[in-house]
Amino acid sequence: MQRTPFILRNPSVLALIAVLAVFTAAVTAASAAYGTGLLPTSMIKVLGKTLCLALAAVAMDLVWGYLGILSLGQMAFFALGGYMIGQWLMYARTESIVAASMAANPIPPTPAELQEGVAGQIFGVVGSTDLPWAWTFAHSLPAQLALVVLVPGLLALVFGWLAFRSRVNGVYLSILTQAMTLALALWLFQNDSGFRGNNGLSGLQNIPGLEDVGQARLSVWFLWASALALAVGYALAAWLMGGKFGSVTRAIRDDETRVRFLGYPVEGFKLAVFTIAAMITAIAGALYYPQAGIINPAELAPVASIYLAVWVAIGGRGRLYGAVIGAVVVSLLSSWFTGGRAPDLNFAGLRMAWVDWWQVALGLTFVLVTLFAPKGIAGLFDILNRKAKS
Amino acid sequence: MFRIARIAPVIVALLMPLAAAANPALEAVIADNLDQIERPSRQTVAPLVAEIAATGPEGLALLQAWSARELALTEDGRAVITSGDAPIDAVTGDPVTAEFSGLRPNSGVRGLIDGALVVSQLSDPDPRIRSGALDTLARKADAEQLAALRGALDDPDPAIATRKARLERLLTIQLGEDTQNRVQAIRDMSGDVALDFRAALNPLLATRIVAAADEPAGNIKRELRPGSDALTREDAIAILVSDGVLQPRLTSAEQRMRLAANIVDGRVAGVPVSTLDDPDARDRAYETLEAQGAVPPAATEAETEAALQDHDFYAIYAEPDAAVTTAAEDALTRTGTRLAVMKGFDLALDSLSLASIYFLAAIGLAVTFGVMRVINMAHGEFIMMGAYTGYVVQTLIADRTLSLVVALPLAFVVTFAAGVLLYRLVIRHLAHRPLETLLATFGVSIALQQLAKNIFGTQARPLTSPRWLEGAITVNDVIGISSIRVAIFVLALLFLGLFLFIMKRTRLGLEVRAVTQNPGMAASMGINPDRIAMMTFGLGSGIAGIAGVAIGLFAQVTSELGQQYIVQSFMTVVVGGVGNIWGTLAGATMIGGFSKIVEALNPANTLAAQTFMILFIIIFIQFRPRGIIPQKGRAAEV
Repeated sequence: MQRTPFILRNPSVLALIAVLAVFTAAVTAASAAYGTGLLPTSMIKVLGKTLCLALAAVAMDLVWGYLGILSLGQMAFFALGGYMIGQWLMYARTESIVAASMAANPIPPTPAELQEGVAGQIFGVVGSTDLPWAWTFAHSLPAQLALVVLVPGLLALVFGWLAFRSRVNGVYLSILTQAMTLALALWLFQNDSGFRGNNGLSGLQNIPGLEDVGQARLSVWFLWASALALAVGYALAAWLMGGKFGSVTRAIRDDETRVRFLGYPVEGFKLAVFTIAAMITAIAGALYYPQAGIINPAELAPVASIYLAVWVAIGGRGRLYGAVIGAVVVSLLSSWFTGGRAPDLNFAGLRMAWVDWWQVALGLTFVLVTLFAPKGIAGLFDILNRKAKS
Repeated sequence: MFRIARIAPVIVALLMPLAAAANPALEAVIADNLDQIERPSRQTVAPLVAEIAATGPEGLALLQAWSARELALTEDGRAVITSGDAPIDAVTGDPVTAEFSGLRPNSGVRGLIDGALVVSQLSDPDPRIRSGALDTLARKADAEQLAALRGALDDPDPAIATRKARLERLLTIQLGEDTQNRVQAIRDMSGDVALDFRAALNPLLATRIVAAADEPAGNIKRELRPGSDALTREDAIAILVSDGVLQPRLTSAEQRMRLAANIVDGRVAGVPVSTLDDPDARDRAYETLEAQGAVPPAATEAETEAALQDHDFYAIYAEPDAAVTTAAEDALTRTGTRLAVMKGFDLALDSLSLASIYFLAAIGLAVTFGVMRVINMAHGEFIMMGAYTGYVVQTLIADRTLSLVVALPLAFVVTFAAGVLLYRLVIRHLAHRPLETLLATFGVSIALQQLAKNIFGTQARPLTSPRWLEGAITVNDVIGISSIRVAIFVLALLFLGLFLFIMKRTRLGLEVRAVTQNPGMAASMGINPDRIAMMTFGLGSGIAGIAGVAIGLFAQVTSELGQQYIVQSFMTVVVGGVGNIWGTLAGATMIGGFSKIVEALNPANTLAAQTFMILFIIIFIQFRPRGIIPQKGRAAEV
């Protein structure tokens, strides 16, 4: 039997790559660094961050739309990825600053003095001068890049193994993932856990070694990287879910018990998808936070993970492009409405500022979408398809 | 001082009948010591005070007035007490008409006078004065006062007699004349948990650390090893340095500075500067400089180590008597044990109160989850709604008790209505899609939260409890619980009872149980599952509203109030098991108890406590995936 090529079976991959290519080219042309300067650097950062969120939403869709686990802990992986890359960014940058200031001394510093100086700089705010054990590899970019996927992957593996083997599912599992996120957030909030407590890691927008490049160009580079990551992540997800692996995954979503009776190792499949999704989310986070510039434990608030689910639901779960559309549309709308740029509404003399009412509108929209359009925005494509066919 | 100023008139009034009889002894003392009385000095006034006190009641009255700055001298050298309605002569008690000038002794002198007065006050007829004298002695006392106290142990007032006996034992520990006496006093009080006993023992057990080549004299507690927890290496070195047996060690910054001061042609003592990024190279360069006399000598690592080897370190008690310190250590251990037991009891009370809060917050959630398999993410917002209802009622009704009485049922009604509305509009349409219900109710939750923020603002609103709920019930120095927490505990018990009554004794409860067990069968028996689900949802939401009022009484009412309790409520339901009120109770007790215990083990870090609690729950779920009391039968297989 002749197998249809991957691309033909997944036209959305090609479409997404095309859209991303056009989008990045257009943004580059409109950027201050490489083009007309129509888009300010801050706007380019917002767009780059949105692409990262879209990637996280794709991973969320893998777990929820395809595997049927409503994970309320995806932001834990997202933030962990950010923390891992943030450690290197902060350490390397502080090290270069401390080394520069110590170079003014007549006597060259010993490695121990240098490290002490860096630790004092980074952890002075939480009243410590020692480098915690968690920063053992912070000096090495390759090590931290590996940790970006390893730490969240390991967390997902351990947590998933514990949860799946005891057959926790449904609402219980959702609550448990939320608890995991909360526990991690509370732990990070402590000053002595070694991640600067509620100060978080800051100054991440300055990339060590690239100080001369400038934020204008860096933001465009990050946009490219984010677009590339999204394209690769999307293609990977489409490939995974397109084959037999994907079929089993969806079968688990629809009737777990039956799949188990058919002899499939259900727990193994669940664990694999959960862990892969965690790793993809972590990569998205590692690209997101250098553009955001700061990461702190508030990013792990249980609400943040639920928002991710909201985006996927509004976009349309169970199809990858739905997740991308939902994340892009809702997060851009959110930042527009809460940014104070949307015009106020007037209702018979009652003035309503969007900053105050956006959350209310979002919440209600969300209820309406779940009630009346369970397929989300992507459901519109079905209607269009049907019309085209008839 | 104010106390004495207040009671001085009483004394004077009591003495009035005696006043006619002159006191020649006092008159003589005053005449002999006019200078001292006018300008007393702390160093020399003590014998005079004793002399005056010995002259009898008039003398004591004079001392009272002197200490209260109510004594004056006339020009012809008579002492005048000015505290009464009219000035009177201190010796005769006659009214004084002559001019006089007031005396203002300094606080040191007044302290001495008070000390002398205390002895007489111990057997004063007025119980308030006796009790005040005991207060003074408890703060500071000497051996003579202890002797006086022993002489005055009998007291008509049993409470004061007990206090006197207790104070006598406490003072004997510090001031007793011989070892046997003091040890006996310590043994008598051993195991007492009150703060004053611990405060009396602690100075006896204070130690200082001494470095010596041989075992030193003194009451040695034990030998310490440098580098242990009790004595860090740095502290040991600091002791040796301050004893002058070791030269101060260089900090790396000082060493660097001195090396930098001796750079010649890019070299320090022959060592190239560029190689000085190595500690060993620095030490070598410094030692060469030291040999040349260019820098002050400093202890090297080897010298420090040798000095540490040569010396032994001892913790020595400030109290020289070994028998006393041994007895004190024993007593403190016994006290510590009793204290631990009491703290455990206090902890249990705390846990119970936290558990009742979680129980109140979770009970509604458990009901809805049990009957409909639906997690209501807006449950926290119903709690918040209840708290805000309480706040609004309080702004309308000034009387706190009345407003609380109105607020509780009103909160129930408001959140009951909100729950029914939520059920009719949203949840009913999402039957059998629990995950989507979770998300839809989350949408409601963020909308409600923002709505509350828009209406009430972001700042916290107070919900003040009535006067009779303020304060605390304290058993002793260790055990205590605030009244409001007792009230919440009672409320939780009340709801447990009410809930059991509804479920087991009413038609509604019967129908709810039927729908929980088998909705299809219940429907075919003529029960309307939709109506039952709506009623349960309303009931659960209503209880959340009442929990909100209770929580608002001790926490700040903000739009995020519900968020703080929602995760714990979920945990309570998950840990307890679904569809069983006893499960919820067990879950709440377990989570409340566990978080209080972790908090007690690490009081500085409540965040860590919560982290551990959640980790504990995740692991607990491994062993009991369906909770402490799992649901049985067909309903469990959903």
